[in-house]
Amino acid sequence: MPTPIDREQVRQLVARGAQLVEVLPADEYEEEHLPGAINIPLKELDAASAARLRRDAPVITYCSDHQ
Amino acid sequence: MGPRAAWRLESLGFSNVFWYRAGKADWGAAGLPVAGRAAHVPTLGHHARRDVPTCRPDEPVSAVSGRVRAAGWNTCFVVTADRVVLGRLHDTELDGRGDVPARDAMRNGPSTWRPNVTVDEMLDRMREEGLTTAPVTDSEGRLVGLALIEDLEAAHAVGDRGASRGGEGAG
Repeated sequence: MPTPIDREQVRQLVARGAQLVEVLPADEYEEEHLPGAINIPLKELDAASAARLRRDAPVITYCSDHQ
Repeated sequence: MGPRAAWRLESLGFSNVFWYRAGKADWGAAGLPVAGRAAHVPTLGHHARRDVPTCRPDEPVSAVSGRVRAAGWNTCFVVTADRVVLGRLHDTELDGRGDVPARDAMRNGPSTWRPNVTVDEMLDRMREEGLTTAPVTDSEGRLVGLALIEDLEAAHAVGDRGASRGGEGAG
């Protein structure tokens, strides 16, 4: 079950090598995203696109807000 | 969207998946750095003066006033130990009611803005409302700093000159 986390936990996990994934559409990602985040829009999230992610490090997904 | 993506990744076999509940709106509101096109747009977070004086609610105004004046300021924010803004002391309050605790002299609940508000948006608002300063707080209400209209106007002017140079170069 995915774990909801807050901003401070994001910073701590990223400092330890976690991967950030913005799941908004590409134009929103290009406008603004968290440093180091990659973009995999939710509608494109499948086994092929997820192959960009390492399985040996935590993954943090995010979008605009609490959606 | 964030939780659905996290669930999807788990269904694809990822075992260590988290979901940043408040998302990038929260990140930007905290004044943390961002990447992308918007990263170069000047915001209040870039220009708020972080050294604006603060005091605790129980400090006597006379002690606060001396400290504030010595630092060259004419205002002070009354904050909790976590820097959550409770109120603000202006000239009028700093000059009177010397032995009263700051909590009894302050103006309660000043309007505040988030660090990701752009300089241009804030300047428009300040001109419309006749404001000369804008307190900046993060999404938890903690004081980030105080934006002064002269700093924002200077930042805006620099932006205009940059745009002008870019236009000339492009021509």
